[in-house]
Amino acid sequence: MANKNVSVWTSIPFWRRSAAWVTGFATILLIWLSFDTLGQISMGTDADLKNGVDKRVPAATVINYKIDYKMSKKRGHEVPVIGEKQPFFGKEWSQKDAAALLHLGKLTSQAKNCMNCHTLLGNGAYFAPDLTKAWLDPAWQKGGPLQGMTGKSTVEEAMAEFLQHPSQYPTHARMMPNLGITADEAKGLVAFLKHMSSIDTNGFPRNFSKTVDQFKAGGTNAH
Amino acid sequence: MLTSIKTNEFAGDKGKELGMMYFRVAIILFGAQLLMGLIAAIQFLVPGFLFELFDFNVARMVHINALVVWMLYAMIGSVYFMLSDETGEQLVHAGLGKLAFWVLTAAVTVVVLVYIFIQVGAGTEASIWLINEGREYVEAPRWADIGIVVVVLIFYWNVFATFMKGQKTGIMTVMVADLLALAGLYVAGMFFTDNISMDQFWWWWVIHLWVEATWEVFVGVLAAYSLIKIIGAKREIVEMWLWIEVLMLFGSGILGMGHHYFWIGTPEYWWEIGALFSALEPVPLVAMFVHVLYDWGKEQGIAKAEGHKGAVANNGPAIAWIVTNAFGNFLGAGVWGFFHTLPQVNIYTHGTQFTAAHGHLAFFGAYATILIGMMYLGVQYAYGIERLKATFKSKMGIFLIVFGVLGMTVALTIAGYEQVLVERAELGAGWTAFFAAQELPWFVQAMVWRAIMGVVTFVGFIYLVWDLLTIGKEQKAAQAA
Repeated sequence: MANKNVSVWTSIPFWRRSAAWVTGFATILLIWLSFDTLGQISMGTDADLKNGVDKRVPAATVINYKIDYKMSKKRGHEVPVIGEKQPFFGKEWSQKDAAALLHLGKLTSQAKNCMNCHTLLGNGAYFAPDLTKAWLDPAWQKGGPLQGMTGKSTVEEAMAEFLQHPSQYPTHARMMPNLGITADEAKGLVAFLKHMSSIDTNGFPRNFSKTVDQFKAGGTNAH
Repeated sequence: MLTSIKTNEFAGDKGKELGMMYFRVAIILFGAQLLMGLIAAIQFLVPGFLFELFDFNVARMVHINALVVWMLYAMIGSVYFMLSDETGEQLVHAGLGKLAFWVLTAAVTVVVLVYIFIQVGAGTEASIWLINEGREYVEAPRWADIGIVVVVLIFYWNVFATFMKGQKTGIMTVMVADLLALAGLYVAGMFFTDNISMDQFWWWWVIHLWVEATWEVFVGVLAAYSLIKIIGAKREIVEMWLWIEVLMLFGSGILGMGHHYFWIGTPEYWWEIGALFSALEPVPLVAMFVHVLYDWGKEQGIAKAEGHKGAVANNGPAIAWIVTNAFGNFLGAGVWGFFHTLPQVNIYTHGTQFTAAHGHLAFFGAYATILIGMMYLGVQYAYGIERLKATFKSKMGIFLIVFGVLGMTVALTIAGYEQVLVERAELGAGWTAFFAAQELPWFVQAMVWRAIMGVVTFVGFIYLVWDLLTIGKEQKAAQAA
C-alpha cells in the first residue's frame, strides 16, 4: 500500500493522460484553424480584382492597379484599397505575364537573400527598412527623395533603377550592396513589392508614413 | 591540450562516444555563430566594414544558421548521450549513426562555404536548390534540406530502435515523441510559393513549432535527465514534473503560434488566439524554474539531514548551467517574450530591435545554457570523474557569457524602445522614419553597448572552450593523485 497514490495530483498516469489530451486538442484546433486561414490567404484571381472582390492576398495582376492604404472605420486600422487601373512599367500586364513577373520577383528576393537585411511582412532582419508597404512609401512617390535621386518619373522605374545600382544612390551611410540584380530581376522585385503592399496585413505597419493631420483625416500620403 | 578532446572512457558506450562527436562540432559552430555576430554588430556601427565583400546579409545568415545548427548538433549529441542510461541498451546501429554524423558534417561544411564564398545567386530555381533559400533561419539550399531530413531520419530510427529494445522510461517516451514532431515539422519549410503570406504561414510551422513547442519540451527532457544524473533527484518526481511541463508547453505553445499570425496577411481572429495562448507560454517556464530549484534544494537538504557534507551536485559547472537555464528560459523566453506578445503592443514592436533583444536572451537562456550543461556532463563521463568541480575558467566562462548576453539584451531593448517611439509611433515606419531612428544617439549608443557586450560574450566563450578542453584531464589527474 505504500506506493499507492493518495491524490490524483501526484499521479503520473493522470498527468501523462492530460498531456496527451491537451496536446491532441491543441493540435486539432491548430489544424482546423489552419484550413480556414489557408483558404483566406490563398491568392485571389484576376476576376476578383475586376469584380472588386477583396482578397487578403490579391492576384498577381494587382500590379495593374493603383494601390492605396487607408484607414477603415469599420476595422479600426489601415487596409489596402485597390483603385483604378495604373500602368506598371508603362503597360498593362496579362494574367500570364503578371504571374511570371511575380514568380521571378519572389525567387529573386530569396536568391538575393533580401530577408537577412530587410524585413518582409515584419519578419527578417532589422538592418534595413521594412519592405512590407515599401511600394506605398512617400519617399518613392513623385517629389519624394528616393524617386528624385534616381531621376526617374515613376515609382517602379525609380525602384528598379535603385535595385540595379544601389551603391550609386546611397540614402544613408549604411548602404545597400550591389547584388548583381539584372534589369529583369529588378522588374520582378518591384512587382513582388507592389504585390506585397496589396496584402491585407491587419493594419501593419500602423500609421504608415503619415503626418498627424493625415492620420486625423484618415487618409494617406502614399500617392 | 588538444589530445584531451578525444579522450573517451565510456567503456564501449557507442551512444556516448557518438554524442561527444556531436558536442565537439557544436562548440565549433557556436564559436562561428559568435564571430559572425561580432561582424554584424560592427556593421551596425561602421557601415563600410566589409561592404560588398562580406555584407550584413551574409554575416547575419551565417550567424543565425550556425545558431540553429550548433543547437541541433548539441541536441542530437545529448540524445545519443542519454540513450544508454535511459534505455539500458546500447545504441543499435552505431556504425550507421557515425556515418550519418560524417555526412551531416560534410554537408554543413559545404553549405557554409557556399554561404560565405558564393553568397547570392540569380533569381532562378537553381539558386534555391544550390545556394540558399533566402528564408530566415531555414536558408539551407534544397539539396541540403533533403539531406538533413535523411540524416535526421537515420538518427531517429537509431534512437527509436534502441528505445523499443530497452526499457521505456517516461523521460525517453517524451523524447521519442518530441523528436518525431521536431523532424516532421522541418518538412513544412521546404517548398516554394509566389504567395509570401502562404510562405510565411508555413515558415512559422517550422520556426515557432520547433522553437516554442518541440525545443522547449526537449529542454524539459534534458532538465529531467540531468537532474537525475547530477543531484540524484527521484525519477518519479522528475517524470511527474516532466508530464506537467509537456502538458503546459504543448498546451500553450501549439496555439501560441497565433502570435506570429498577426501581420502576415492572416485573418484577425489570430489576434485573440495568439494573445491568449502566447500569454500562457511563460507559465510552464515558471514551472520549470520552480522544479529545478526545488529539486536541487530538496536533494541538498536530504543530503545534509543524512549527515553528508558539501554540495549534493556531482558536477559543479553542469548544475550551474542548468540553474542558469531555469532563470534564462523564464527571463528570456517568458518575460522578454511576454513584453511584446500582445497585438496592441506588437504592432509597434514587431520587426524592431525589441525582437532581437528577446531572440538573443531566449535562445541563450532557454537552449544554449542547458546544452552547455550537457557538454560538461559529457566531459565528466568521458574522463570517468566522480565529482567534477568548477574551476576558475568554468566560473569565468559562465559569468562572462551570462553577463555579455544580458548586456546585449538590455542594449537591444533600449534600441528597440527608441525605434518603437520614433520610427513606429511617431514617424510611421517608412524608409526615412527607419533611418531617422537608426541615427538617433540613443540607438547608436545602444548598438555600441551591444558590440561591447558581444566581445564580453566572446571572451567568455574562449574561457568556456578552454575549460571544456582542460577540466577533464586536470581533474582526472587530481583524482588519481
